Amino acid sequence: MSLNDEQIERYSRHIILKDIGVEGQEKILAGKVLILGTGGLGAPVALYLAAAGVGTLGLADPDHVELSNLQRQVIHFAPDVGKPKVVSASEKIQAINPDIQVITYQTRVFADTIAGIIKDYDFIIDGTDNFAAKFLINDACVLGAKPFSHGGILRFDGQTMTYQPGHACYRCLFGGPPPKGAVPSCSQAGILGAVAGMLGTIQAAEALRFLIGKGELLTDRLLIFNALDMKFREVTVRKNPRCPVCGKNPSIKTLVDEEPPVCDLKHQKRS
Amino acid sequence: MNIKINGKVEAIKTTSLTVAELLRIAKVGNPEMVSVQLNGEFVSKENFDTTRLKHEDAVDFMYFMGGGARGRSVPGRELL
Repeated sequence: MSLNDEQIERYSRHIILKDIGVEGQEKILAGKVLILGTGGLGAPVALYLAAAGVGTLGLADPDHVELSNLQRQVIHFAPDVGKPKVVSASEKIQAINPDIQVITYQTRVFADTIAGIIKDYDFIIDGTDNFAAKFLINDACVLGAKPFSHGGILRFDGQTMTYQPGHACYRCLFGGPPPKGAVPSCSQAGILGAVAGMLGTIQAAEALRFLIGKGELLTDRLLIFNALDMKFREVTVRKNPRCPVCGKNPSIKTLVDEEPPVCDLKHQKRS
Repeated sequence: MNIKINGKVEAIKTTSLTVAELLRIAKVGNPEMVSVQLNGEFVSKENFDTTRLKHEDAVDFMYFMGGGARGRSVPGRELL
């Protein structure tokens, strides 16, 4: 792939970086990133990856834009309320950068569908807000040997880590989902909108650095910040030999939905 | 004893302390919400009561955090 004149101008601020250059920008343009969730985290990730020229962006989200989303989900605008989030996000991506091919999945991810979706991508972004999805994404990426960026936000706090095959995974840290109701969601506890932006842009930077193959990713490191006092810290984590999915005697060998929905009509129709 | 908690050294006035007791002192309401590393190794939740800390140990608490994909929670529709 060689860059045309318009691309050279569009990506000139990348190209002058010695760690990117024309070669790195070509890698970005050839890159395929899947963004699971186009909410608080997925919105900034999608905007930055679109602007950066990531050639293929996959967007998965079953939801429609709601008024309460607009406080932080910056890819969605007031006239989008009621529109499927993947459609709203796709329109903005195309408006920012026609170089990008957008593939939308207006659905949740399930144990029986996720592997088929992630296999076509180089890097996965976890922008989901619930633990069933987070653990499913982790397991699918571990079993499918796909790198992914974990992101979590709550109130003024954020945390992120990048899984790469052979290294510590999300289950190494947390084992399994917390008991239902033990951890409040953003809709119950609140979230400073800018925290979603801070964390999402870190995840976008991880994806870009993965594609260009430069720098040290947040692998085996959990970055934690508190935006109320604006303090950052980093915890070095090691692969956990007791990890149920990547440890020495893994108990998880196939994907299962952690919390199969019992009263979801859409899911019942599928099965 | 001095224990480094989340990177910050804290003086704790006791000579005997388990991970579970430290969680209470540190006001971690529900131990189910936290993952604990002691000197870089994960401590299983079932060992919180029996794992004893010593002077100059380093403990890191990591909390579960969700994300921002959902606008509002709808029961039974919580996967992504």
